[in-house]
Amino acid sequence: MPNTEELITPEACCAHYHIELTFIQSLSEYGLIEIISVEEKQFIHNEQLRGLEKFIRLHYELGINMEGIDAIAHLLRKMENMQEEITLLKNKLQL
Amino acid sequence: MEFIDYYKILGLDKTASTEQIKKAYRKLARQYHPDLNPNDKDANKKFQQINEANEVLSDPEKRKKYDQYGQNWQHAEAYEKAKQSQQTAGGTAYSTYGGSEAFGDDFSSGDFSDFFTSMFGGSSRGGQSQVKFRGQDYNAELQISLREAYTTHQRIFTINEKNIRITIPAGIANGQTIKLKGHGGAGVNGGPAGDLYITLTIAEDPVFKRLGDDLYTTVELDLYTAVLGGEKTIDTLDGKVKVKVPPETQNGAKTRLKGKGFPVYKKEGIYGDLIITWLIKLPVNLTEKQKALFRELSQS
Repeated sequence: MPNTEELITPEACCAHYHIELTFIQSLSEYGLIEIISVEEKQFIHNEQLRGLEKFIRLHYELGINMEGIDAIAHLLRKMENMQEEITLLKNKLQL
Repeated sequence: MEFIDYYKILGLDKTASTEQIKKAYRKLARQYHPDLNPNDKDANKKFQQINEANEVLSDPEKRKKYDQYGQNWQHAEAYEKAKQSQQTAGGTAYSTYGGSEAFGDDFSSGDFSDFFTSMFGGSSRGGQSQVKFRGQDYNAELQISLREAYTTHQRIFTINEKNIRITIPAGIANGQTIKLKGHGGAGVNGGPAGDLYITLTIAEDPVFKRLGDDLYTTVELDLYTAVLGGEKTIDTLDGKVKVKVPPETQNGAKTRLKGKGFPVYKKEGIYGDLIITWLIKLPVNLTEKQKALFRELSQS
């Protein structure tokens, strides 16, 4: 079970970032963030907050809808993996 | 310091409506936003220009001032002062734009160009459509040796002339990133500072190869110990260790030393294994007597 100090309720996130609860629920439905249940209460792990902040910026600052955020998240993950692969290959070439 | 054409940056002409400015800004911001262009300095720079252009053109007061003085922006303050003194003399209340004191200065003006700062002051408290931007995330790379990654150690980083001490936990993986919250670029319009991400690159070691938490090494073994068995002292990252060699050990055979591998990340006292591949070396420069003994052995 995760340490409760590392958990934050979706409601607290909404109050902090001035966003609607439905936005967080949509992110969860799209599998973009994970909402966990502990003793019948819902929480977001603080490790997810960086991702959440990014999605908030994409939506509220750039006006990107949920489908767009989903596609971007997928492409960014792909880019990240490719970047890691490049780093690994660079390391190998140093041999 | 050069005049900056904010309309050109947003691809608009001077008659653009507020709606067109908003649309153009959003379109370009979607293209160059730091979240969508990680590690791309050019895109981040372009985004700052777009942001600055939007800051001016989406604020009616700033846009009016910008349009009014245009290329003559350097004389704007002088015009304003002269105008104000004339109007004050006539008994009319008049509000000036003023310099930096007219606007807040609660964020680093370094995020805006010198042109912007000179014309509008350090900040932009007056903007109705003010958007708080989180500061840019910084990315840095740090190369460490495999032996350094074996132990928890500290490194000092210099970012923006500030020394930051970071602890690199033992067992960190190649390509793993350490996040230092709030050590990135300053936020815009009172937004929070960005974070600093340090990606660690672990250089290959000439003796040990790391796969996950296990270490692999190849150790030379003389023919006699390989055939008859015995002991061999080998180097590990934790010092020297005596290893039992079973009789009739084949070339390429492997021996696993439990817990002599790499430390498991953030699990103190837990280590992977060390896998030794034996490389059996055949004797060379044999004497006649030795050759005779080998012949005898081959016929036995």
